Amino acid sequence: MPLSTQSQADIDQYILIASLDNARNLSNILKAISFRDHAIFNATQNGLKVTVEDSKCLQANAFIQVDIFQEYIIKEDAVGFQVNLTVLLDCLTIFGGSTVPGVCTALRMCYNGYGYPLTLFLEEGGVVTVCKINTQEPEEPIDFDFCSTNVTNKVILQSDSLKEAFSELDMTSEVLQITMSPSHPYFRLSTFGNSGNAHYDYPKDSDMMELFQCTKIQTNRYKMSLLKPSTKALALSCKVSVRTDSRGFLSLQYLVRNDDGQICFVEYYCCPDEVEEE
Amino acid sequence: MDCVVTGGNVKVLAKAIHSLSRIGEELYLEPVEDGLALRSVNSSRSAFACFLLSPLFFQRYQAASDQSFRCKMPIKSVQAVFKSLASLDRSVEKCRIQLNSEKSRLTITLHCKHGLLKTHNLSFQDCESLQAVFDKESCANVLQAQPRLMVDTVLHFPPSLDEVNLSVSSDRVWLRNHVEDDADSLRAMMTELCLSSEEFDHFAVGTQTSVTFCLKELRGLLVFAESSGLPVSMYFDEPGSPVILSVTDSVLEANFVLATLSEDSHPKNHVNSDTKHPDTEQPPDDFMSDDMDSFLIAMETSELPGPSHAPASPPRPSNNRKHSFSEEEALAEGPPNKKFCSLFFGSVLPTSSQLPNQTMQSQEVLASDSEDENQTETS
Repeated sequence: MPLSTQSQADIDQYILIASLDNARNLSNILKAISFRDHAIFNATQNGLKVTVEDSKCLQANAFIQVDIFQEYIIKEDAVGFQVNLTVLLDCLTIFGGSTVPGVCTALRMCYNGYGYPLTLFLEEGGVVTVCKINTQEPEEPIDFDFCSTNVTNKVILQSDSLKEAFSELDMTSEVLQITMSPSHPYFRLSTFGNSGNAHYDYPKDSDMMELFQCTKIQTNRYKMSLLKPSTKALALSCKVSVRTDSRGFLSLQYLVRNDDGQICFVEYYCCPDEVEEE
Repeated sequence: MDCVVTGGNVKVLAKAIHSLSRIGEELYLEPVEDGLALRSVNSSRSAFACFLLSPLFFQRYQAASDQSFRCKMPIKSVQAVFKSLASLDRSVEKCRIQLNSEKSRLTITLHCKHGLLKTHNLSFQDCESLQAVFDKESCANVLQAQPRLMVDTVLHFPPSLDEVNLSVSSDRVWLRNHVEDDADSLRAMMTELCLSSEEFDHFAVGTQTSVTFCLKELRGLLVFAESSGLPVSMYFDEPGSPVILSVTDSVLEANFVLATLSEDSHPKNHVNSDTKHPDTEQPPDDFMSDDMDSFLIAMETSELPGPSHAPASPPRPSNNRKHSFSEEEALAEGPPNKKFCSLFFGSVLPTSSQLPNQTMQSQEVLASDSEDENQTETS
């Protein structure tokens, strides 16, 4: 692989090197959170965490664990930077993103440290492209203070059933209302649009419902515009967990299998629009 | 009102609604004893479609307790309920349509696989009954063909083509694109298709004739017919009388009524903005609010003497222009150089004879029973 022509000196200067034989294992999952231009990268020994936020009310995180990478070298405890996610995705798919089996883009992502650009070496079919993307000072991601001890209601659903519901959601509704209850209607998505309202009810004994743990009835509304981007993550995922805490904050966690069958996670946190407790 | 549709009929219902959406912006719903009538009309009143689903179409059919319930709603709202058309038959087990009169909502509930329940509460508007007057039986020419033939024929015309001309002789049918007489006839591409009578399941030409109508609205029916596999029947007469396309089986009947160009039409752009309608999207209620007299809802041209939809105007002897397809009825004055004949939406007398293709229950229904030859005056 032409990337190995880099000298040892070059390699030594990088504080982070992450390599993938198939760049799609990174680009696909980043697309699931690419509703904003800028993303905060935080690399640790455990892997890569990419965060995108919107108006301080919504946060999406993509986790690509260390074992997904074919090569992962990190010389500090934590390496953080901010880049333009749209540009990064354009670079990762620079060879056109073809889905011909057996042909994929190899990636080596390198970072020298604070003030240096993020360097991407991409190779497909013997052609190498080098991209250098300017980095910025990473912002501190919002801490939604969502901890499992405060979780009041939790369900785990197979994504297929939710995919259909989300694709049909009435976009003229400003909010998406989520009701979770130990009794009927159990798990309900509601919209209030121009033509009327709509409810999607998932019973607790549905075979799409893998886990149902609801302690008390809770109804919360979330801005539709904030949640709509999560549909991309839903489309990639095979399972999704929906949790709300005592404050009505929403946590959506998506289990995504990449091209090689490995598991990655994407999560969305969202503030409630208004809290309605029945 | 409480109706339940199960199995494959859910998809048929969805397709009927999608088909109607090609005609107009609003869906008119009227549950009657004969079945559930779903209708739509286009803004210029030159195309009307009606699907009548008999009680046998439903697993359970209960018409409204007050016989005169009818409503209309934006058709997009109803289409949104049946969005994922392709997967409907795989995912939906049962569809229930109920009227919630206290909250003025029409509730459509879809019972899907895996226990998923989709409930849509749609708001509606009360309205007058929408019914075009037409009589298939009195048409001189009747053709019937498999939908595939019609789809393949129509395929040759560009999607943007508005008007198509259908000519019949004793053994042949020609389909041509229609162009305005002036400007473009020398430059436009002319397409002509000739079909022999053998290609049709039924070919009965009483009089050799040539009619011109809008192709766009026809496509809606063809999509439905093709998916249902039912043959399409065409009933037409002379120019000016509407062409009626019909698809029937044991549990449903669909009629698409399209106005045709009249012979003495002037080459004028038939989409004319100075209509007699104060605003083009005036709901039909405003025209049909008066059930006293017949009146014609027509398209406006600049020479129009006055609002010809004035509800109170008494029927007058028809002028040289044939507007509608109920000959015995006096017609309200219409614009003489109007290009497309509009469909006749008259008022109705409570009458005993009932046709399967016309629902005439209530005296507020503004459709005339054109079968009734003795009807001389509608008032």
